[in-house]
Amino acid sequence: MTIKRILGAAAIAAAAIPGAAFAAGAVKAYKSPEWYWDGPFGRYDAAAMQRGFQVYREVCASCHSMKLIAFRHLGEAGAPFHLEECPAELGLPDSVDCSDPAQNPIIRSLAAEYTITDGPDEAGDMFERPGLPADYFPSPFANPQQAAAANGGAYPPDQSLIVKGRVDGANYIYSLLTGYPDEPLNTIEVPAGQYYNPYYPGDTLSLMKEEYLHDGHIDEEAVRRDEDPKYVSSDGHVYGGAFKMAAPLSDGIVTYEDGTPETVEQYAKDVVSFLQWASEPKLEERKGMGTYVMAYLFIFAAVTYGSYRQIWKSVEH
Amino acid sequence: MSHQSTYNPGTGIERWIDKRLPVVRLGYDSFVDFPTPKNLNYWYTFGGILAICLMVQIVTGVVLAMHYTAHTDYAFQSVEMIMRDVNYGWLMRYVHANGASMFFIAVYAHIARGLYYGSYKEPREILWILGVIIFLLMMGTAFMGYVLPWGQMSFWGATVITSLAGAVPVIGEPIKTLLWGGFAVDNPTLNRFYALHYLMPFLIAGAVILHIWALHVPGNNNPSGVEVKDVKKDTVPFHPYYTVKDGFAIIVFLLLFAAFVFYMPNTLGHPDNYIEADPLVTPAHIVPEWYFLPFYAMLRAIDFNFLFINSKLGGVLVMLGSILIWLVIPWLDRSKVRSMRYRPIAKQFFFILAFAFFGLGWLGAQPAEGVYVVAAKILTLYYFAYFLVILPVLSVTEKPLPLPRSIAEAVLSDKAKKGKARSPAPVTAGGAQPAPAE
Repeated sequence: MTIKRILGAAAIAAAAIPGAAFAAGAVKAYKSPEWYWDGPFGRYDAAAMQRGFQVYREVCASCHSMKLIAFRHLGEAGAPFHLEECPAELGLPDSVDCSDPAQNPIIRSLAAEYTITDGPDEAGDMFERPGLPADYFPSPFANPQQAAAANGGAYPPDQSLIVKGRVDGANYIYSLLTGYPDEPLNTIEVPAGQYYNPYYPGDTLSLMKEEYLHDGHIDEEAVRRDEDPKYVSSDGHVYGGAFKMAAPLSDGIVTYEDGTPETVEQYAKDVVSFLQWASEPKLEERKGMGTYVMAYLFIFAAVTYGSYRQIWKSVEH
Repeated sequence: MSHQSTYNPGTGIERWIDKRLPVVRLGYDSFVDFPTPKNLNYWYTFGGILAICLMVQIVTGVVLAMHYTAHTDYAFQSVEMIMRDVNYGWLMRYVHANGASMFFIAVYAHIARGLYYGSYKEPREILWILGVIIFLLMMGTAFMGYVLPWGQMSFWGATVITSLAGAVPVIGEPIKTLLWGGFAVDNPTLNRFYALHYLMPFLIAGAVILHIWALHVPGNNNPSGVEVKDVKKDTVPFHPYYTVKDGFAIIVFLLLFAAFVFYMPNTLGHPDNYIEADPLVTPAHIVPEWYFLPFYAMLRAIDFNFLFINSKLGGVLVMLGSILIWLVIPWLDRSKVRSMRYRPIAKQFFFILAFAFFGLGWLGAQPAEGVYVVAAKILTLYYFAYFLVILPVLSVTEKPLPLPRSIAEAVLSDKAKKGKARSPAPVTAGGAQPAPAE
């Protein structure tokens, strides 16, 4: 009882101290759509991941690397292009095991679409060849310096772990990709080569137009009057910040073959599905095993508790 | 209580071994027939839980070491290779990473139990001191382990904490250079941390053996704090009574452990550690792992100079002192009564201490500014006052409640109280123990 009371008091005290940490540079609360992989029985949706891979390949990959992902990873259990058995229409011999990523025909042809620099050969020269399942995704730039130089001085981060490397990563990336405003904001001036996003953890104070500032302080009333309320925080600041990535997605930019709507929301959802898998490829194996482990431990606990009651029955304690 | 051995080698092989190396006798006397007070509650199961934690960490750690590369260019990639390409590598790593957190949950409960029931008092001072040493070794091991994945928080956490050594006058700088193996956190730092991270668990294991030895000489303390008077009436043999009770507690603990490993493996970690270390980019907030937060809050609470001690050195002294002070608790608390159950005033102060410790943990995760620092200062002051002022003064002034004459009597009076509190119905033999706070 007493411990509960103390913990309760602690929680109240914690809530009472104002959230000073959130006063400056606040970002808009992320959108949180329902994700397939949420919850204890969550799984990945192969179709969404395949579309997401297409979005990555046709849009993101022109700037962002994914150095930790090899083509073979795409064919493993729980991955976008995993096959339990070979599709009958391909007429492959029985000796081919399509559940093995190295033999998976989709993975093999996918990898072969890429050109990989290999070598040195016996003459000491580098040479180019079609990709193999064992190859890692080639990076769009030779090194971080080149990547930064081509992107206005900002290095586009590697996307292999982007979902786990950000707080609430899936919702953050989804919100960021779908959060670019259609029209420029009224109250801020964004420099050329930068792009405003209410979800980007940056700073808008330095971007405020002069008429909204008085001695370095924001004229909250004026901001509220002139700005779209969805970009204004409760303390009269403009959410988010500006950074070097222009809105990468627009309706119809990628052509889906399965009839899925070609909208920014859908692209963002699909690419987040793919990036989530890339960050945590063993999620299905993990959650699947978790079910058995928890069930086993519950039963074991019940049996042990019964033994405990039985053994201690005759002891006053 | 070190007791007369009751081991009776039944078979020829047992007699043969017993004559040469009585290791079976040692095991029998320590974990089978060891007389244990019959009133131990679930707070006493954390010792067994901690033994399991240590074993889990060593087994998973050895497997991880087979696949890990301790080099700044490869460490991050090798950890990701474990996660993606090693069979069950993700399981080994998530168990190991969350196992550290579980280890600390259990050790904090274990220490709180010891403080509440006065388990540090005569004749268990050495047992307690060994426990403090184990805790210090654990902190060092956990800190170095967190550096090995070479993520952003690994690197910057290592930079911040090792820099603290520089606060020590005269020898501080050389110590820092020695820790780093150079003039910045770099490859030599990673290499020596890896070597030490592999070594220290075995030092812990050695200290644990001494800890258990020191436990088995005076025997267990118990919630009443009264020593065993009559082995027959007051105790039960460890096996099967406590093997089954500890076993049950261990399985319940494993349920919590598994919930983290399988369903929220990254909740207790920091997302920044999935970004490879970059000495040129400082994370917005450098935060240690949750289990260091109370001590981190005390470190940051000292933002003022005191006489010739500057704020940095002061913070380090306070942080170290907050743990080293535990070494002398047996001599600060002079009360003859062990258990807080019979110390109505000290008990209140103890719960305020627990609150202060949680509060410091919360403050450690907040930015070091404004009201947070003020709160941290107040709680730090209370933390030290509890050990240096409150316990010594209460040792003299407090009038304890009458103690039960024996453990058996304590059990009976607990039962009677519980029966009265619950309902007028006749007292039934309950399996669950009363929570210590009641």
